[in-house]
Amino acid sequence: MNRIITLLLLLVLSWQSHANAADTDAGVSPNEQLATLIAKLPKTKLRSMASVIDEIAAVKNPQTKFVLQSMLDGDLYYIKSNRTIVQAIKNDSKLYQLTDVMTNESLDPVKKSVISKIRTNNSLRSKLRSLLARIDLTDPNKAVRLQAVQQLLSSPNKGSVGIIEELVEAEQANEVKQVMTTILALDKLKSGDHSEKMQALTLLESTLEPVANNVISNLLASLPEKERTAEQQELAAALNDVLGTIESKRSFYSVVENVFFGLSLGSVLLLAAIGLAITFGVMGVINMAHGELIMLGAYTTYVIQLAFPELIEYSLLIALPAAFIVSGSVGILIERGVIRFLKGRPLETLLATFGISLILQQLVRTVFSPLNRQVISPEWMSGSWQINPIFSLTFNRLYIILFAIVVFVSLVMILKKSSLGLHVRAVSQNRDMARALSIKSDWVDAITFGLGSGIAGIAGVVLSQLTNVGPNLGQAYIIDSFLVVVFGGVGNLWGTLVAAMTLGLTNKFLEPITGSVLASIIVLVGLVLFIQKRPKGLFPQKGRAAD
Amino acid sequence: MKLKKLLAASSIIVSSLVTQFSYADEDTIKVGVLHSLSGTMAISETTLKDTVLMMIEEQNKKGGLLGKKLEPVVVDPASNWPLFAEKTRELLAKEKVDVIFGCWTSVSRKSVLPVIEELNGLMFYPVQYEGEESSKNVFYTGAAPNQQAIPAVDYLMNDIGAERWVLLGTDYVYPRTTNKILEAYLKAKGVKEEDIMINYTPFGHSDWQGIVSDVKKFGSTGKKTAVVSTVNGDANIPFYKELGNQGISAEDIPVVAFSVGEEELSGFDTAPLVGHLAAWNYFQSVESEENEAFIASWKEYIGDDKRVTNDPMEATYIGFKMWAKAVEKVQTTDVDAVEQALIGVAVPNLTGGIAVMNANHHLSKPVLIGEIQEDGQFEVVWETPDTVIGDAWSDFLPSSKNLISDWTAPVSCGNFDVTTAKCSGQNF
Repeated sequence: MNRIITLLLLLVLSWQSHANAADTDAGVSPNEQLATLIAKLPKTKLRSMASVIDEIAAVKNPQTKFVLQSMLDGDLYYIKSNRTIVQAIKNDSKLYQLTDVMTNESLDPVKKSVISKIRTNNSLRSKLRSLLARIDLTDPNKAVRLQAVQQLLSSPNKGSVGIIEELVEAEQANEVKQVMTTILALDKLKSGDHSEKMQALTLLESTLEPVANNVISNLLASLPEKERTAEQQELAAALNDVLGTIESKRSFYSVVENVFFGLSLGSVLLLAAIGLAITFGVMGVINMAHGELIMLGAYTTYVIQLAFPELIEYSLLIALPAAFIVSGSVGILIERGVIRFLKGRPLETLLATFGISLILQQLVRTVFSPLNRQVISPEWMSGSWQINPIFSLTFNRLYIILFAIVVFVSLVMILKKSSLGLHVRAVSQNRDMARALSIKSDWVDAITFGLGSGIAGIAGVVLSQLTNVGPNLGQAYIIDSFLVVVFGGVGNLWGTLVAAMTLGLTNKFLEPITGSVLASIIVLVGLVLFIQKRPKGLFPQKGRAAD
Repeated sequence: MKLKKLLAASSIIVSSLVTQFSYADEDTIKVGVLHSLSGTMAISETTLKDTVLMMIEEQNKKGGLLGKKLEPVVVDPASNWPLFAEKTRELLAKEKVDVIFGCWTSVSRKSVLPVIEELNGLMFYPVQYEGEESSKNVFYTGAAPNQQAIPAVDYLMNDIGAERWVLLGTDYVYPRTTNKILEAYLKAKGVKEEDIMINYTPFGHSDWQGIVSDVKKFGSTGKKTAVVSTVNGDANIPFYKELGNQGISAEDIPVVAFSVGEEELSGFDTAPLVGHLAAWNYFQSVESEENEAFIASWKEYIGDDKRVTNDPMEATYIGFKMWAKAVEKVQTTDVDAVEQALIGVAVPNLTGGIAVMNANHHLSKPVLIGEIQEDGQFEVVWETPDTVIGDAWSDFLPSSKNLISDWTAPVSCGNFDVTTAKCSGQNF
């Protein structure tokens, strides 16, 4: 800790002395320079803003970074009356907390109407980011430096190469140094002489950065087609080699990526369908309201976030059991109130549950409004795990795959190992015999239906992270769920797993070739044909239970 | 016996529902409201129904029109396209309404067209659409492609410097036609085939991983890439979420959307959308006197301080004002007279300018490009210097480049071919 502080102090000191040197050169102090430049900001049009920002970034003043950073964050304002440039941050009482950017002095909080924002747009923000990265190159924190060099790699700016050249030798952190070397090698490849180019290429062999790929292919394209000199031939061969290596790695990762996408779609299907696999597969009840039970789960997440606004990060963990209970109890109500009177009459069950689904939808419309509700993704569910420059896994999908596996395994365990599972299987295989053995079949029916519905609720929590939470949420998944269960073989959880994953993977591998509309059609047609051939799905039940 | 009782009871309920909207007074001007109040489109269309009702209430406070009160007749076509035609027939033949405000999706409008032309009704259509249509009985107060899509592409090309283009859309008529026009336009501007990527997804698509990853790869060739999105409302949030999760920011690959407005954003967690763009003719954030008054009266009417206003609401507002002005001008609600009187009518729009109804039944509108802010509002980053006249027939499609629409004499035709000087005779 002490060392960092000393380092910081040293840095500031060296900056100060540097600044002083510049000071004597120009005759104007950096403070005045900065002050005149930022005074221009309120009047500058968006189009000519870029050059002003360039000039600001060139001023060696400790406040420069603060100005640029506030501008990037959209916190840079000016006071309308006296044109003082300030950083303004909204505080809890809806007032704006002001800080003078030149003096770091806090001013009294004001209302929005007193200040006016210094406008930026996308191209200015990316410029700011790149300029800030140049300043951050000397930051004592390794992570900041890494981010800075990565930023400069994708959007290089004038002067950054020179600074990196100075810094690369002294750089301690390996990762940062590697990116720096790549930047320098790319620069050499663009502007160096032949031997420098060849040397740079050997450094770039292992890189997967898209930027490197672009520079190399541009260079290759810029070589003359015919009558190449010996040097050019050598260079072309080397370039082709490197491109080949990169290309083969890329296609490998793109397959891996597709598998991941397929598995993630599969696990969403699995979660949506597995509740149905129990109610439809094991109990034989066609529950058209299954989708609406999923929807209820999603709305439970919304209500939980509404009720505990300070616990957003944990809201999903609270919502999981809550959604299970909500959807589960609604499921039990449906079973006790409607389905048990329609036992053995599948058509009537279908119609009745379809009616229930409409009632539930309209209920949600009336209670929550027909508009979609906003469910916030917690911090840990957003972003991605960058494995290398061209391959990353998004966290939300990753967690969902893991979660789907956990749910699946626990369900299998419940059905296989617990006494409830034993009863469920007994009733589903031979109701009369089970009753004769003093199993309360009615009670088992209700609990089984509640279990399936509760799982649907859990699926709803997951879906709230991926899609819109609205009254129509369930309809989007009901058909897919039935497809998965029928394809997998009614009454077989493993079949549901295999079917969900197969459908997910097929879809994702077809999508790049055919587009997503055609891909879903092909999958559907394929399924219809498959069911013609094997009406009982992938893993049909065998023995007497099948009858 | 039981059945009879039930029937009696239900008929009482129905009649009480009907009278809720009707004044006992015979002498009223009937205004039909044809917006879905249930089903998938209810999310967007309910707002427009409320807007029309608010406008009617305001007009009635001012004493109505021609000394008569306005009477709204609200029907619910339930997001069911054929039902739109039936409900139109009901409004025109049975209720004898003088004007209809309605429809959102293009397919619902297409289903209304034959009926409204047969029974000679009058409809105001308030949503941005793909063009390639002009009916004598319909006034289009939303944007045509040249009032939204083309200026947006110009902005991306000139101000952002985009060289590669991804055209994403939901798979139905509006995105398909718009993208066809945009593709022709881009090629005319010298963009190469390999620099354009087109992708369609089904309604309500939620699994965007593969497509976003393709967009990322497409945009990683060093050339500035921009996405033009005609993705329909519901599918947008998973799309933007996926963009955020895969680390694509608006600075890397900006997305300009034609179907994302304030209302759609109000159901979103806007964090992953900040900095992305939308092209409209109106934003709630535009500062003008008319707009402030409109927002205030809307919030008061709906009784919710958090409700937002959006572009189709402005289009409904303009349409209603224009109709009222035209009716006062000709002192009748007769469709033919009002139709002719509407051409050339000018009313203030909500962004501080003037909206004019042109001879092709399309409006002159300013085009605004806004960046999405954290509070779900837009900040205008670019606007056309002047209003743009809506073009019913795109100049960039070979099939329609010679067609014009002009409903004034002597042409009086919705699809007049300027090269052959003939009206194709097709009604819509």
